Amino acid sequence: MGESEVPPGGHVSGALPGDEELVAALRRGDEDAFKALVEEYSPFLMRLAMMHVSSRAIAEEVVQDTWVGVLKGLERFEGRSSLRTWIVSILLNNARTRGQREGRIVPFALLRRRYEEGGGPAMDPDRFQGRRGERPGWWARPPAAWESPEAQLSADETRRVLIEAIKGLPPRQREVIALRDLTGWPSEEVCNALGISETNQRVLLHRARSKVRAALESHMEKEEAA
Amino acid sequence: MRQREVRRMMTCRELVELVTDYVEGRLDAERLARFEEHLAECPVCVVYVEQFRQTIDELGHLPPESLSPAVTDELLAAFRDWHAGQAN
Repeated sequence: MGESEVPPGGHVSGALPGDEELVAALRRGDEDAFKALVEEYSPFLMRLAMMHVSSRAIAEEVVQDTWVGVLKGLERFEGRSSLRTWIVSILLNNARTRGQREGRIVPFALLRRRYEEGGGPAMDPDRFQGRRGERPGWWARPPAAWESPEAQLSADETRRVLIEAIKGLPPRQREVIALRDLTGWPSEEVCNALGISETNQRVLLHRARSKVRAALESHMEKEEAA
Repeated sequence: MRQREVRRMMTCRELVELVTDYVEGRLDAERLARFEEHLAECPVCVVYVEQFRQTIDELGHLPPESLSPAVTDELLAAFRDWHAGQAN
């Protein structure tokens, strides 16, 4: 597992030239270069945007605004970060603003602030035996074995549960898990795009993954009970 | 020998907090040894770690979403406008 075994999407594929060449092509108005860039990046920008807003249509607007923002900022782009890191930071700004306007993010962020950066364990402490238990700190309510998510849930259903679980995370956790696990970015680049430390990134990622696993688990339990 | 007996085994509750570090190979040698010592004793945590990996794997396989052709066309038009504006 890990960064060598990353899923497709969000990678700079062989189809695109290096950043410097690409930026130069865009600046001289090379439409094919722009088209290739949009086609390469939009699918994963869409996925990221959809984690922040309520509908596909709004996600599409966010991505569209992002590309317009890229064009506006291109003259000032100095290559201090990679092009895709820069594009993603524009996208996340747009998505956050949009999410706020939709009323999704602000109250949520305030309410869940404590869970956002540090405090609290990744797993509900009630699932473990207390100090007076037979084996303190060992499972009290262990997770049941899954055959495989697909064996129990349809692929569509799994997808829906995963996406809902991510949408329910505090914003920072949501951004980290989307970049790391949905698009397969290495941690260093995620830290750059989000302006967070490596340690913080790992804490956020771990919390996010733990909650998404728990969401799959509880969904499967409901399926079994039904 | 005595020291090893005194050292308490890692609990499940401690283990679940370390799974990301474990799957990404970021545990130091001592904690890795304790993590694996626990797994050897605890089939439930083996299941848990497996589910954690499976979750990560599922996340990596969510299908991409694409922009509609109409939006792509609008973007290309915006690009032409932008470049025309640059030239002036």
